[in-house]
Amino acid sequence: MQLTHHTPALQDTRTHLHVLFLWQRTYLDEAPACDAEDAAAVRSIKACSSIRLQLTSPLDAAGSLCEGIQDHERKMPRDSLIPSENDTDIELDFAGEDDFQEAHERKKHRGQRRDTDREKKRRKNSRRKEASSSADREKELQPRHKKTERSRRRSAKNEQETKRSKRDEEGRGQTTRRKTAKTKKNIKNEKTKKTDDEMEGEAGERNEKGKKKHGSAKKGERKEGGSEHVAKEKTQVKKKKKRHKKVVETSSDQETSEEGDDEENANEDEEVRPESLSPEELEKLKEAVDEKKKLIQSLRGKPWLMKKKLVTLRESQEFVEKYEGALGKGKGRKLYAYKVMMTKRWMKFQRDFENFKTACIPWEMKIKEIESHFGSSVASYFIFLRWMYGINMILFGLTFGLVMVPEALMGRPYGTIPRKTVPRAEEASAMDFAVLWDFKGYAQYSVLFYGYYNNQRAVGWLKFRMPLSYFLVGVGTVAYSYMVVIRTMARNANESGIGDDNSFNFSWKTFTSWDYLIGNPETADNKFASITTSFKEAILEEQESRKDDNIHLTRFLRVLANFLVLCCLAGSGYLIYFVVRRSQKFTLDGLENHTWWERNEVNMVMSLLGMFCPMLFDVISTLENYHPRVALQWQLGRIFALFLGNLYTFIIALMDEINLKREEEKIVKFNITTWEASLYNGTVSGNFTAPPVTIHPADVPRGPCWETMVGQEFVRLIISDTMTTYITLLIGDFLRAVLVRFLNYCWCWDLEAGFPSYSEFDVSGNVLGLIFNQGMIWMGAFYAPCLPALNVLRLHVSMYLQCWAVMCCNVPQERVFKASGSNNFYMAMLLVILFLSTLPAIYTIVTIPPSFDCGPFSGKNRMFDVIQETLESDFPAWFSKVFSYASNPGLVLPFILLMVLAIYYLQSTSKSYKQANVELKKKLQMQNEENKKKNKRAALKAQLDLEEARKEASQAGELQKNNNASIQSQEADEENHSRNPRIYHGRNGRGPPPFTDREPSTRGPVSRNYHHGNLSTPRYLPGFSQQSDPTTYRASNLQNP
Amino acid sequence: MGNKQTIFTDEQLDAYQDCTFFTRKEILRLHGRYHELAPHLVPMDYTNEPDCKLPLALIVDMPELKENPFRNRIVESFSEDGMGNLSFNEFVDMFSVLSETAPRELKAIYAFKIYDFNVDNYLCKEDLEKTLNRLTKEELTPEEVDLVCEKTIDEADLDGDNKLSYSDFENMISRAPDFLSTFHIRI
Repeated sequence: MQLTHHTPALQDTRTHLHVLFLWQRTYLDEAPACDAEDAAAVRSIKACSSIRLQLTSPLDAAGSLCEGIQDHERKMPRDSLIPSENDTDIELDFAGEDDFQEAHERKKHRGQRRDTDREKKRRKNSRRKEASSSADREKELQPRHKKTERSRRRSAKNEQETKRSKRDEEGRGQTTRRKTAKTKKNIKNEKTKKTDDEMEGEAGERNEKGKKKHGSAKKGERKEGGSEHVAKEKTQVKKKKKRHKKVVETSSDQETSEEGDDEENANEDEEVRPESLSPEELEKLKEAVDEKKKLIQSLRGKPWLMKKKLVTLRESQEFVEKYEGALGKGKGRKLYAYKVMMTKRWMKFQRDFENFKTACIPWEMKIKEIESHFGSSVASYFIFLRWMYGINMILFGLTFGLVMVPEALMGRPYGTIPRKTVPRAEEASAMDFAVLWDFKGYAQYSVLFYGYYNNQRAVGWLKFRMPLSYFLVGVGTVAYSYMVVIRTMARNANESGIGDDNSFNFSWKTFTSWDYLIGNPETADNKFASITTSFKEAILEEQESRKDDNIHLTRFLRVLANFLVLCCLAGSGYLIYFVVRRSQKFTLDGLENHTWWERNEVNMVMSLLGMFCPMLFDVISTLENYHPRVALQWQLGRIFALFLGNLYTFIIALMDEINLKREEEKIVKFNITTWEASLYNGTVSGNFTAPPVTIHPADVPRGPCWETMVGQEFVRLIISDTMTTYITLLIGDFLRAVLVRFLNYCWCWDLEAGFPSYSEFDVSGNVLGLIFNQGMIWMGAFYAPCLPALNVLRLHVSMYLQCWAVMCCNVPQERVFKASGSNNFYMAMLLVILFLSTLPAIYTIVTIPPSFDCGPFSGKNRMFDVIQETLESDFPAWFSKVFSYASNPGLVLPFILLMVLAIYYLQSTSKSYKQANVELKKKLQMQNEENKKKNKRAALKAQLDLEEARKEASQAGELQKNNNASIQSQEADEENHSRNPRIYHGRNGRGPPPFTDREPSTRGPVSRNYHHGNLSTPRYLPGFSQQSDPTTYRASNLQNP
Repeated sequence: MGNKQTIFTDEQLDAYQDCTFFTRKEILRLHGRYHELAPHLVPMDYTNEPDCKLPLALIVDMPELKENPFRNRIVESFSEDGMGNLSFNEFVDMFSVLSETAPRELKAIYAFKIYDFNVDNYLCKEDLEKTLNRLTKEELTPEEVDLVCEKTIDEADLDGDNKLSYSDFENMISRAPDFLSTFHIRI
């Protein structure tokens, strides 16, 4: 006992060294031997080390022991469930064995393996120790004991698989047993332990934890890292294997087993405290988790079976759930966990929002129904209508929320100032329906029109900047529209791909011509028919046997048709101009003296022209005899020109009227000053002290307010346009359908199949109507803030009305055209219209001074002065200074120049890219051709070789036959002669492999005949594609000669 | 709300949303449609994932597929057994691929499967003939069909093996302007 007291440290280190040696030996000697053995050995070493640790500091040791046990548990999850009696059994067993082992260990050992010098030394040491102290002896005993175990096991190697679990139990049994044994000793030896020893142990423990995952990759470190390190590594490896096996058993396919593996790795990582992970491992884990996340994201795009997708999803989700928490360490961990949680919530929110958004998309079912009845082209109109509705909703929100509502709520109420009051002269009829219908009377003096708005800088308790808001909303409306249209166009251009080239004409026809949306028998029949015709046309074109009959007549007719169309356009333009002029005269006369027609002439004429001219164009276009698709384009172009012409004539006429109004305004202004002067003179003369006379606002004379007039015109135009559309729909479609249906019973010919028939839905015409309607909205919205609201109403109604009309009185088109290509075509038209309609609006805003007594900008020189005013009064001085510097032409001009240059540069680069693209495409095509040729050549060569071989074989057969039947020499010559050309006929030969001698008597002459024939007919050249089996030729040749 | 809970659990709905291009509502509607096809076979309660398959004949009768000349092929190529028996999972999968939001690549893969009548992973002349005959209700003469088949293969075949592999098909279909707009079924 005293000895131990004196040299505890020395002895301990010695033991430690022993253990190390022992391990090294076992490991190095038995490297190829089974893992289980090593693991068992090493485990006991580890147990030993943990005991040593315990000796020094009970707490640490307890921790490490627990870990040791955990380790076992991890390895054998099932075993850990086994009740502790098992353990105690083994414990007892070992307790009995201990002495025995001690005694016989060396002998056994010697018998089983060669002793090295080192080991002998070690044994000497151990003997010495045995003598010195009981405590040390017991400590030393452990490695030996383990060794015996191993050697015993070695003899029963083939039973490893079954014994593994037992061994584990034993190992654990050892540990626990030792733990109990050592606790006593602990009390004894506690103080004597050296601190560095303890440190070493702990360091080893930590180290090993960190390196667990890398397993076999760190062999070099293992030697230094100490025995325990390896021990754990070993167990880890084993564990991994086992788990992997389990996973493979459960999941059949490759993907999941890989995942399982991943999971295992990470599993171990997680069970080790995350903060003890090395950065690389964290990185790896993070990568794995990210990968899983990505997989989840992209799962919906995977062409797997749903079942597999679901399984994969569940597994990946579990994985992410489990190991996301392990990421991040120390301080950052909390933050990371928080971040993860937040992203999860964000995802959930996004999904819910997405669901909500799709739930908000209206008319989905209606459109679906139409799609299934009429195919995608008709449905595309309704989708376009819905899109338009969306845009108008936003425009409406802007004007309603920022202009109309603030003015109505916070501005001065009706009747307080002249511009907000119906003049005395109109008061009597201001509430009449006819007047209201024309948007006069009370309608004119309301928030619906420009004139009602006051020029008060700030309204209400919010100090809302009304004029500024009005101006900005006007600008914002246009800007937003541009943005949306251009963005949609860009997206469409991306989606539609680069499918302009004609290289896949037939393939596309074959694979993409069926419209999967069609669910209506009638439409399906039409589609079948149209596909058939398109194929026939394509075949005809392909064969280029299309002959043009009398090209001169066609040309003449086309020129004539264009001339007629031009006449129509000019006539309609003149008519509109004339009508507008006449209406001005009527207005000067006073509207009351005229009939309803005369008052509404302009709008009616425009609507009627828009209705009948397209029909006229349709009739004219039959003269031209174009291909239907080309004809459609012409038709669209003409209608576009007509609408545009009409609109611009209308605008020009309006401009005339504006000028008239402005002259009128000047007179009124002069009159007012005189009127005021007289008023004041009167009051001044009456009584001096009295306050200025209060005159009722209705009595104040006022200017004509051209802005309101423009707004009214546009509103009236929209209304009449809407009415015409609806009425045409009702008469042209519904009434016609009703008549056709019911008169058909008592008519002399079949109305349904014959002349009137049911109408078809005119996609292009309707789209154009919609586009122009929108153009008018854009043009007039500045002067009549109610226009977007009206348009929303109109679109809403027409959605239902047209859906109903289409479903109940239209028939599917007989000729169905491609819808996709036209998508961007319509958008481009919309863009053009947007530009053309903002042009006059901007022109009037910029050049014409606003009316002096109405609207938010009254009293200003120009409408945009409101910006200047805001800058001066609402922003700090330096800001307006900066702004004025920035807006000075010296800066603006270079900026514009720069933009132009940038646009030019981008344009040219895109052009060059396009060129490169074309070039690449060409190259690709060339390569394809080359490939094809190469393949053909290769096939040719192979066939040639085959043929050659066959030929030789047949020759051999012939030779044999010659020997047998002694053929004439002439024939032999011929045979030789025909050998050369045969090389070129190689393509024929996907024939049988070279002949054997089995049937020489029949084959020989036959093949000769065949070649003979070939010689005389050079038709079958190598490149010629017409090939057939040689046998058939042979057969035919057999009959021919 | 209560009705929704009884058909699927929230987790199931989430999983379906992760695996398809549908929203919650659409999945429920799909289940409704599926249920409609065979009310006595399909349970209303899917929380315990019952194993229930509907035969091809029932599914093909849906108005969405009824007029489609390739209806049988569509259903077959989405079924696990290749015979056209669809479980609800596969049913959802089918309409997910055919939905508007599915990407072109995914659609191309299934379009190839659909047009591959003899399931040999190539579109050979035989497949093309069948496709054409279904497209035109056999109104083209055999010579015309022959010509079109030849032209089609000639155009799209890049490796010169006289049949279209998937890469050929994808190369061709990725440039088709109409493919996305026509290869979809709204449910």
